[in-house]
Amino acid sequence: MTDINSMLLLVVILLNFFILGSARLVACIRAVALQGALLALLPVTIHGFSIHSLGLAGGAFLFKGVLIPWLLLRAIREVRIRREVEPLISLVATLFLGAMTTVAAFLFADQLPLIHASQAGVLVPASLATMLAGFLLLMTRRKAITQVVGYLMLENGIFIFGVLLSTAMPLVVEAAILLDLLVAVFVMGIVLNHVNREFSSINIERLSALKE
Amino acid sequence: MIVGILIHLLLLLLFAPLLAGIIARTKALFAGRRGQPVLQLYFDLLRLARKGSVISKTTTWVFAAGPVIGLVVPLIAALMLPFGTFKAPLSFDGDLILFVYLFALARFFTAAAALDTGSSFEGMGAAREVTFSCLAEPTIMFALLVLAKLSGGLSLDVLLGDHLSASWRGGSGPALGLILVCLFVVLLVENSRIPFDDPNTHLELTMIHEVMVLDHSGPAFGMILYGAALKLMVLGTLVVNLALPWATPWWALNLLLYLAGLVLLAMLIGIVESVMARLRLVRIPQVLIGTTLISVFALVLVLR
Amino acid sequence: MLISLVLIPVCLAALSLVLPWHQLRSWLLPTAGIIQLGLVVLVVLAKPQAGEWIGLDALSTLVLLVTSILYLGCAFYAVDYLALRQDRGNRIIVPCLLVFLAAMSLAIISRHLGLMWVAVETTTIVSAPLIYYNRNRLSIEATWKYLLLCSVGIALAMLGIMFVAYSAVGGQTEVSLQLDWLLDTAPQLSKPWLHAGFIFLLVGYGTKMGLAPLHSWKPDAYAESPALVGALLAGGLTTVSFLAILRGVQVMSAAGDLIMAQQALMGLGLFSMLIAAIFMVRQPDIKRMLAYSSVEHMGILALGVGIGGLATFGALLHLANNALTKGCLFLTAGNIQRSYASKNLREVRGALSCLPLSAGIFLTGFLAITGAPPFGPFLSEFTILRGIFAGGHPWIAAAFLILLATIFIGMGATVLSATQGESPRVSAQFRDRLLLVAPPLLLLALVLCLGIYMPDPLKELLEAGVALLEVTS
Repeated sequence: MTDINSMLLLVVILLNFFILGSARLVACIRAVALQGALLALLPVTIHGFSIHSLGLAGGAFLFKGVLIPWLLLRAIREVRIRREVEPLISLVATLFLGAMTTVAAFLFADQLPLIHASQAGVLVPASLATMLAGFLLLMTRRKAITQVVGYLMLENGIFIFGVLLSTAMPLVVEAAILLDLLVAVFVMGIVLNHVNREFSSINIERLSALKE
Repeated sequence: MIVGILIHLLLLLLFAPLLAGIIARTKALFAGRRGQPVLQLYFDLLRLARKGSVISKTTTWVFAAGPVIGLVVPLIAALMLPFGTFKAPLSFDGDLILFVYLFALARFFTAAAALDTGSSFEGMGAAREVTFSCLAEPTIMFALLVLAKLSGGLSLDVLLGDHLSASWRGGSGPALGLILVCLFVVLLVENSRIPFDDPNTHLELTMIHEVMVLDHSGPAFGMILYGAALKLMVLGTLVVNLALPWATPWWALNLLLYLAGLVLLAMLIGIVESVMARLRLVRIPQVLIGTTLISVFALVLVLR
Repeated sequence: MLISLVLIPVCLAALSLVLPWHQLRSWLLPTAGIIQLGLVVLVVLAKPQAGEWIGLDALSTLVLLVTSILYLGCAFYAVDYLALRQDRGNRIIVPCLLVFLAAMSLAIISRHLGLMWVAVETTTIVSAPLIYYNRNRLSIEATWKYLLLCSVGIALAMLGIMFVAYSAVGGQTEVSLQLDWLLDTAPQLSKPWLHAGFIFLLVGYGTKMGLAPLHSWKPDAYAESPALVGALLAGGLTTVSFLAILRGVQVMSAAGDLIMAQQALMGLGLFSMLIAAIFMVRQPDIKRMLAYSSVEHMGILALGVGIGGLATFGALLHLANNALTKGCLFLTAGNIQRSYASKNLREVRGALSCLPLSAGIFLTGFLAITGAPPFGPFLSEFTILRGIFAGGHPWIAAAFLILLATIFIGMGATVLSATQGESPRVSAQFRDRLLLVAPPLLLLALVLCLGIYMPDPLKELLEAGVALLEVTS
């Protein structure tokens, strides 16, 4: 079982790299969808088959793997965005930073007082690495929609950590959390559409009228 | 030892051109064509060997040396690699560095031969080839370092030896998976395959490797083709050994397993070439830096 | 009974979606406000047992009372405001305001950290359309910043909750995020994870609350949204987020780590006040000024709880005072903005001569919020100051006073030049209307009452709240 987990998380980390290094928006969104879908398997591979883990896996797969990416893809189709992601710093530099934060996450996780060390061994650093990659994306991209992708990666990272203690979260709350995430992305998509209409671009650099 | 060397060389020389045929056949299958015979490269080599060649008056001995060294280097490098469970006939501590730099030597002479013609296209190709392989080199070094750390040895024979199956099953599976991906990418780059370079393109501006060998003809060109096939098999062996570390008590079965692995690899390359488009030139360095970072990350995973 | 606080606004929201009449839809808001306040009073008097998921304790009772009063005021204001904005319609804003009320109430009464998180995140989502009500470039920019920053902040709070849960994993029993369970098992929790969890909770909900380094969305969102939304965000939502942070403090306190939590709060509080002071001096935009004032008062709340003891008492009192005064200020600032079609000092001058009531309340509200004597904030800020001295931090007290003075001067300059002097325009289209002036006036009167006389039940409530926060002392 641990082998499957490690492999899953490894692919998740590789997808982090891919998203950080990819210049194409659609590819980024597809990758984040794949990441979400893979993560949805984690509750089952870690906790085995139970109503709770199956429900969580199904919900996560539906929301993170299908609905949210669909919303995002629809959003970019509506606003007809060009394909490049337009980073503030070059993609290679982002990749470097991403690799550094990932390595740092692994080294840092070794210092942490983990409780089920064997189980959490790759889980915690993978979660940290994904969150940090999400933050990188949030900080280094100009397009509003890539920021949404960064936000989703951040959520994915938190989800990985959450799998460790899914017993603490009742299924109802988990479902509500996922629903909130979906609605948040939905609202972001609507706002994006309006941003596009007002500014005929979704570059957030244009959003700079409000300042001191 | 002599027997070992002979077996190695025989396997390599006989089997290598087949891989190119399998790749071409897979691609043809995907495209819905019947495709050329699997043995096409053997025929090509025979045909080229019988031809005369035209050599430009402006060139020197460097131009002639390129193909020869390109053919000899994979042969020497192959002797340091185990083929499946066949031990490497030449093995000493630190041969992994020689292994990497033998290919650098071949590249140097290929590039020098290309420059020797004085053609601007070939110079461009040489510049690209050198740039990209320079970026691919760290990846392969870090990948080998990961293996060195896991096996505790410094020769390729040990690196790709018995420890692998235990390492896969133990805690270092993820790291091995990462370097497997990296080495596969390096394999594609070094052998000028799609998505990094298109061996069948006919526009010099977009070529990398092929443009360097435009001026070679006849037996020299045959040597270049043969050398490329050998190189594919040698680097492929690296990947196959890493990916399929199983060993059975029967040597014949092991050999079959190894050759089947190579065939599978060739088919995989064919599939990749069929489903992917060639990357823009500016994106190639990004991908290579990405693989370098991933292999560094694998090293950290192993070291921690 | 308690759950009806959430269900009734949701039902009304559903009703507002099908009602075809503009005016009637607007009147749903005061209806909801009255029902809500009535129910809250009933519930508080009935003192129901805290259930597993929802329940009331001293802290949530206080916050619930304050937000219900504020919401009622804003709801009446909304009727006339929406009547003025008939071109914009109220098909979206009314349901959103009602769901906002439901989510806020749910966040207040929930006893489960996960449920609370869901409710707070819901408030973020439904307030995005509220901020975007004006539908122009500036408001969309503000909405985007608000939505993204707060979503990321809230995500970090989620991480904090997970860390808190993880700190309980080593134990024997099943892990739960139920607040009472956490408080019971707090001494056994793994310290490093609990600390990390608290810090992330503080950062996450602190973003939502607008503590200093995380406040950058606040001036934009408050200034570009309609006045009543600004009032609800500044008075209601920040208070709810503060309650969420206080839940974290409770757990830390039960685990015996109150000192660390207090130090973190103290640092953030002072820093917020500093940043607010810097940006409030020479601030030409009256609503941005109010937003920074909100940052300042969030800082005061954090500082008060950070000092502990008497200052915590003052902070809880200040929570009520700040919410009500901010509501009053935002609503009147909205009137001024409406009349001048601007909120910048370039255009806004001499509001007293043109809008005597609104500008008068605005001016008085400014005196109240900066801590002038007869009003409630004076009492609470003075209590916090006494608490700081009693806690033996003379330097913090000095900094506190200097910052308050700076803010008074900075804010005074802006408010006075907006209200005094010659009005540039002879007559404005907009006049004071009953429902646009009465709610802020009543809120202000309430603040005045709180400053003059503190009823005993309130005092007991506040003391009970302090006792909840500081288990060990």
